[in-house]
Amino acid sequence: MNETLLISILAASITAGTPILFAALGELITERSGVTNLGVDGMMLVGAATGFMASVTFHSPWLGVGVALLAGGIMALIHAYLTITLRANQVVSGLALALFGSGLSSYLGKNYVGMRPEQTFEKLAVPYLSNIPIIGPVIFKQDALVYLSYGLVVFVAFYLYKTRAGLFLRALGENPAAVDAVGVNVFGLRYLYVIIGGALAGLGGAYLSLAYAPCWLENMTAGRGWIAVALVIFALWDPWRALVGSYLFGGIDALGFHLQVLGIPVSIFILNMMPYIFTIVVLIFVLIRRGGRLAAPQSLGLPYDREER
Amino acid sequence: MKIKVQKSLAPNLTSQILVPIFAVLASLFFCAIFFALTGKDPIEVYSTMFSGALGSEYGISETFVKMIPLALCGLGVAVAFRMHLWNIGAEGQFYMGACAATWVTLSFPTLPFFLMIPAMIIMGALAGGLWGLLAGWFKVKWQVDEIISTLMMNYIGILWVDFLVYGAWRDPEGKNFPLTAAFPAAAMLPTFGSLRVHYGIFFVFILALIFWVVFKKSKWGYETLVIGSNPIAAKYAGINIRSNVLLAMFISGALCGIAGMVEVSGVVGKLQPGISPGYGYTAIIVAWLARLHPLAIVGVAFLFAVIHVGGFMLQTMGMPSATATMLQGAMLFFVVGSDILTKYEIKFISSKEGEKNE
Repeated sequence: MNETLLISILAASITAGTPILFAALGELITERSGVTNLGVDGMMLVGAATGFMASVTFHSPWLGVGVALLAGGIMALIHAYLTITLRANQVVSGLALALFGSGLSSYLGKNYVGMRPEQTFEKLAVPYLSNIPIIGPVIFKQDALVYLSYGLVVFVAFYLYKTRAGLFLRALGENPAAVDAVGVNVFGLRYLYVIIGGALAGLGGAYLSLAYAPCWLENMTAGRGWIAVALVIFALWDPWRALVGSYLFGGIDALGFHLQVLGIPVSIFILNMMPYIFTIVVLIFVLIRRGGRLAAPQSLGLPYDREER
Repeated sequence: MKIKVQKSLAPNLTSQILVPIFAVLASLFFCAIFFALTGKDPIEVYSTMFSGALGSEYGISETFVKMIPLALCGLGVAVAFRMHLWNIGAEGQFYMGACAATWVTLSFPTLPFFLMIPAMIIMGALAGGLWGLLAGWFKVKWQVDEIISTLMMNYIGILWVDFLVYGAWRDPEGKNFPLTAAFPAAAMLPTFGSLRVHYGIFFVFILALIFWVVFKKSKWGYETLVIGSNPIAAKYAGINIRSNVLLAMFISGALCGIAGMVEVSGVVGKLQPGISPGYGYTAIIVAWLARLHPLAIVGVAFLFAVIHVGGFMLQTMGMPSATATMLQGAMLFFVVGSDILTKYEIKFISSKEGEKNE
C-alpha cells in the first residue's frame, strides 16, 4: 500500500468516524448520569434533517449546527420527561424516540431530499501542523467540526475525571441517593445530561447531512446511532476509548469504499455488513477480556424514586 | 370529600385497559396539533388515513395484509419481552425466515403444495429462530446485551438478502432486476377470492391461541414470567435461566421467521429487497401496547395496520408515508408515559374518614 492511499484511508476514517463520535460522546454523558437513551439514531436523524433545512434556508452551515443541537436536545427532553419524571421504562421510551425521530425527520425533510447545499464544511488545513508527515494530512486536514470533536473529547474527559461537577455526574450514575443526600438536585442534573446527550446526537446527525454527505436523505444514518450506543458499551464509558472506537468504525467504512475503488472484487453488501458484524465481535471480545463484567454505572437504567430511597 | 393519590398495591385491570386507550387518543390529539402547526389540516389527514384503510374493500384487504406480519412479529417479540429479553431483532429474523422459505422454493421447485408449504414454514421458523438463538447464545455465553446484538443482526440479515437477490439468487430471466424467480403456484398461500388477503391470517389466530394457552396454562409459561419479573427469585426456585433464555429467543425468532415466510408466500411471491417496511420495529410497539397479551396483540396489530395503510394514502396529500412511523412513535411515548398512572390510584375519601386517618 502506498503512502497517499494510506493517508487517504486514515483521513477518511476520521471523517467517517466523527458523526459516531459525537453521538457516542452524547450517549456516554447520558449513561454516566444513569439514564440509557436508545433513541440516539432518532435524535441523529432529526438533527440531520433540521440542521440541513436550517443551513439551506439561512445559507449558514453553522446555524444549521446550532439548530441540530437544539433539535436533538428537544428530542432528548421528551425522553428525560418520560424516564426521569414519569419513571417510564427507559428501553421502551428510547425505542419510541428512535421510531418517532425516524418518522419526524422524514416528515420534516421531505421537500429537502436530494437538494445540494450552497455552503458546506470545507476541509481546513491547520498551518504548520498539517505539514507533519502522515499525521499532518490525516489529523490536521479536516473540517471545522472534526476539530470541534477533538476538543470535545478532551473537554469531556477533563470534565468527567478532573472537575467537581464531573464527580457528581459520575456519582449520579453510580448512586443517585448519595448525590441527593448531599443536597444536589438529582432530577435537574439528569435532565441536563440527557439533554446534552441529545444535543450531541443531533450534532452527529448534522455532521452527516452538512459535512459528510452533504445532503439529506430519509434514514441517512443507516443505523449509526445504534452503533454509537454499542460503542459506549465497549468503550467502557470512557471518552478516549470512544474516540478510538469511532475511528475504527470510520476505518471500516472508509476501507470498504477504498477496496471498491481499487477494484478488489468484494460484494458491496458483504462490505456494508462489516460494521455491524464488527460491533458484535468487538463487544464479545471486550466482554471476554473483562470476564463478562463491564464497569457500567451501577444505577444505569434505574429511575430514581425518592419514595423508595 | 378529599381526593387522595396513592400507590396501588395490585395492578388494576380497568386502569390497565383504559389508560392505554386514553394515551392513544391523547397521542392522536398531540399529532393533530403538530399537523396543524406544520400547515396540514389534521381532520383531513386523519380522515384520509381512515377512509384509505377502511373505506373500501381494497383498503380493508390491504389492512389485513399488513396486520398479518405485524401480529406475527408482535407475538414473536412478546415471547422474549415476557422474560425482559429485549429482542429488537424481529426485522432481521423476518428477513431470514423469508430467505429460508425462498431457498425451499428455489431448491425443490417441484414439491406439491401439501409438502411445499410445511417445508417453507419449518425452514422459515428454523432460520428466524436460529437468528434469534444466536443473539441469545451471545447473551448467556458472554453477557452480550441482546438489544445491541439483535439490532446489529437486523442490518446483517437485510444485507444478506440483498446479497443473495443481487447475486446468486437473481432470476436470470428477470431483466437484471434484483428479484428471485417467481414462486411456483404450489409455494403460494391461497388468497380470499381476488383480494390480496391470504390464508396467512389463520396463522395469526392459531399462533395467538397457542401463545395464550402456553403462557397461561403451562409450567414453562409461568417460569418465563417469573424470570421476567424477578430473575433472582427464579434462580432460587431452581429455574434454569440460561436454557430458558435460549428457548425464548429461539421461539421469538421462529415466530418472526414464520412472519417472513408468510409474507413471501402470501403476498410477494418472490424474494426481493425491502420486503418489510419495518414490520419488525413496529411490532415492538404493537407488543408493548398490547401489554404482551396475545389476543390484544392481534387487535393492536390491526390498529397499526390501519395507520400503516392510512400512511400510504397520505402520499396523495404530499406527505411522506413515514408520517405513520411518527404517529406510532408518538403513541408509544404516550403509552409508556402514562404507565405510571396505572401504578397509582385515585381514592375519593369522605371528609369524616379523612379526618380519622389524619
